[in-house]
Amino acid sequence: MAVAGTLTRADLAESVHREIGLSRAESANLVEQILENMCAALSRGENVKISGFGSFILRDKGERIGRNPKTGVEVPIAPRRVLTFRASQMMRERIVKSA
Amino acid sequence: MIRSELVAMLAKQNPDLSLKEVERVVSTFFEAINAQLAEGGRVELRGFGAFSTRSRTARTGRNPRTGDPVEVDAKSVPYFKPGKEMRARLNV
Repeated sequence: MAVAGTLTRADLAESVHREIGLSRAESANLVEQILENMCAALSRGENVKISGFGSFILRDKGERIGRNPKTGVEVPIAPRRVLTFRASQMMRERIVKSA
Repeated sequence: MIRSELVAMLAKQNPDLSLKEVERVVSTFFEAINAQLAEGGRVELRGFGAFSTRSRTARTGRNPRTGDPVEVDAKSVPYFKPGKEMRARLNV
């Protein structure tokens, strides 16, 4: 696996291919399906909780008045739903040590 | 949705795989992300979002019970930034 740098879907599919021995195409499909199932649950308004990894938590933000910082004009910011991620204790502990 | 529900959905979508195999695929997927972050790297999944780490400087904290000052070492914390497509799907 690459040291630091950036992993993408292709790298995750490659890990699945190597670890499980499924074909590259099938591995890539599964990676896509994992992401799609999580994305679909979140868009239905469900939080997603993966033990040993973390939780994806939805928050509803109310409308508020913002200001264009350049012109100073007040503009309403529409109510919206935002996504936050809270890493599991296990992930935090592994990452602290890498500091 | 929790992990076991994700595994069940994937198993249903892939009848050629056993539940055990799907479980291993899901574990491998999340472990690969964990391992990359633990090495100080990033994971970028277009349309979904990007996982990275951010560093926190050392600071003097306080024991909330006794009020005693304690030194908190510099550390890295995991961070997730949702992708554009994800943000759009949450607000339809």
